[in-house]
Amino acid sequence: MADTRPHGSTAVATAGGTATAPALLQIEDLTSSYGAVRALDGVSLTADAGRITAVLGANGAGKTTLLRTVSGLVRASSGRVTLDGEDITTASVESMVGRGMAHVPEGRGVIAELTVHENLRVGALFRGKVEKSEYDRIYDLFPRIAERRDQPAHVLSGGERQMLVIGRALLAQPRILLLDEPSLGLAPRIVAQIFGLLRRLVDTEGLSVLLVEQNARSALSVADVGVVLNLGRVVVTDSARTLMADEDLRHAYLGF
Amino acid sequence: MQYFVNVTLTGLTEGMVYSAFALALVLIWRSTRIVNFAQGSMAAATTFIALALIQAGQSYWVALIVALLSGLLLGAIVERVVIRRVEGGPELNAVIVTLGLFVAIQAAIAIVFGSAFQSFPTPFGLEGFQVGDNRIALTPNSVWVIAAVLVTMALLVVLFRFTRIGLAMRASAFGQEVARLLGVRVGRMLTLGWALAAVVGSLAGLLIAGGEFVYPAYMDSLIVFGFVAAVLGGLDSPIGAIVGGLILGLALSYVSGYVERGSALVNVAALVILMVVLLVRPGGLFASSTARRA
Repeated sequence: MADTRPHGSTAVATAGGTATAPALLQIEDLTSSYGAVRALDGVSLTADAGRITAVLGANGAGKTTLLRTVSGLVRASSGRVTLDGEDITTASVESMVGRGMAHVPEGRGVIAELTVHENLRVGALFRGKVEKSEYDRIYDLFPRIAERRDQPAHVLSGGERQMLVIGRALLAQPRILLLDEPSLGLAPRIVAQIFGLLRRLVDTEGLSVLLVEQNARSALSVADVGVVLNLGRVVVTDSARTLMADEDLRHAYLGF
Repeated sequence: MQYFVNVTLTGLTEGMVYSAFALALVLIWRSTRIVNFAQGSMAAATTFIALALIQAGQSYWVALIVALLSGLLLGAIVERVVIRRVEGGPELNAVIVTLGLFVAIQAAIAIVFGSAFQSFPTPFGLEGFQVGDNRIALTPNSVWVIAAVLVTMALLVVLFRFTRIGLAMRASAFGQEVARLLGVRVGRMLTLGWALAAVVGSLAGLLIAGGEFVYPAYMDSLIVFGFVAAVLGGLDSPIGAIVGGLILGLALSYVSGYVERGSALVNVAALVILMVVLLVRPGGLFASSTARRA
């Protein structure tokens, strides 16, 4: 998997601000709070097109809040978020998917009362009518959910649920996919399978991913760039390869 | 035997109306986790609008359509103006607000239309069909009642199962945050849900009013019956609401038909049924598996 990774160093140059092309998703000095608790304290990072950017850190580091603030579920108290140069800091949650950003939230967000296929259809609702071939493509990517197409989604296992929500997000045809802890509670084999698929979509279809993970080892094995958060601040941003090699950093913040 | 058939037919007809009313409650419960105690008053309001039109010389059908459309509007306004403020808040807030609406709308009806008993017409006859030598308790009007409810339910099934807007409404009801993240205008869907529920509730009110006297509080007992039917069915299940309504209609009809002075016991019987169901199957007859959320 590591062999298929594009050169991390170029991405890091972008993150450092010397990019020639603008980043796809740019987060600048973002601050947001839950009541009195400041969950994000001036976070800046970029997610480049055609890259997997992993945001890592312990529980409570602000990873989930970061995604929720970017997609508008939590209002930023200051800072700026731009998607392809367009300021989306105060844009409505409902408008995000139309702008090309699909957020798969923490806990996956399978709608248990709907069937598997209906869950997929929700992903394409805002686009109007969608060709059957698009659904077939998702079922080809995830044959395991194809078998359960007409069953209520609550019968799915954790891994199948994760496949369903990624498939659903892909039906929204996003330019960037925001994934919150996709590996949570899944067997390592399933995690490898899902991450392998993400890598393939990024490499062959130009998808971009902002991946939030507590499972830093798996995330760094698939990502191009890693951003380490601690207590709502960015500790370090570097290529996934460099982060993987930095033993002190791994021990201090990544838990492996 | 003939008596039994008649009591059963009466029960099924009334049960259909309870089903419709229960369905209105379930539609709102599913999407906003609120029991709309104002449903009856809202339905009474639209029935009085229909009555005013009929008294002004309009046909029953014109009045029916106007009443259903005003139900749609009333449901949307109530959600947008009042309920939106308590959605997602503590459950008790919503309960108090819908109870307050129940009282306020009923008072408004009395102010606008007066509180006298007025007879409400039926579009079809109230005399039973002739079968052989006997007249049975199935009247042209009860055929209309049953048909109207069945058609409405069929339309709802089509809407929810086969249309994009129906899917968007279900997604909004069951996965609000995910639906928003996927671009569904959840607020609009909730408004639409309340509006549709108010139409179904209004239909129940108009159907039960046919051939009876109406007054601002005439829907009060239907709220009890509709609520019992909805709980019988599990409160979350549209099918459950329909079956619950039919079971309740039959049960109450047997009580009033076979128990001495039974007609005086109907309200009590409804509450007894409610208690028994809650004791035996707290989740209702159609409660889904425990794996699903409460």
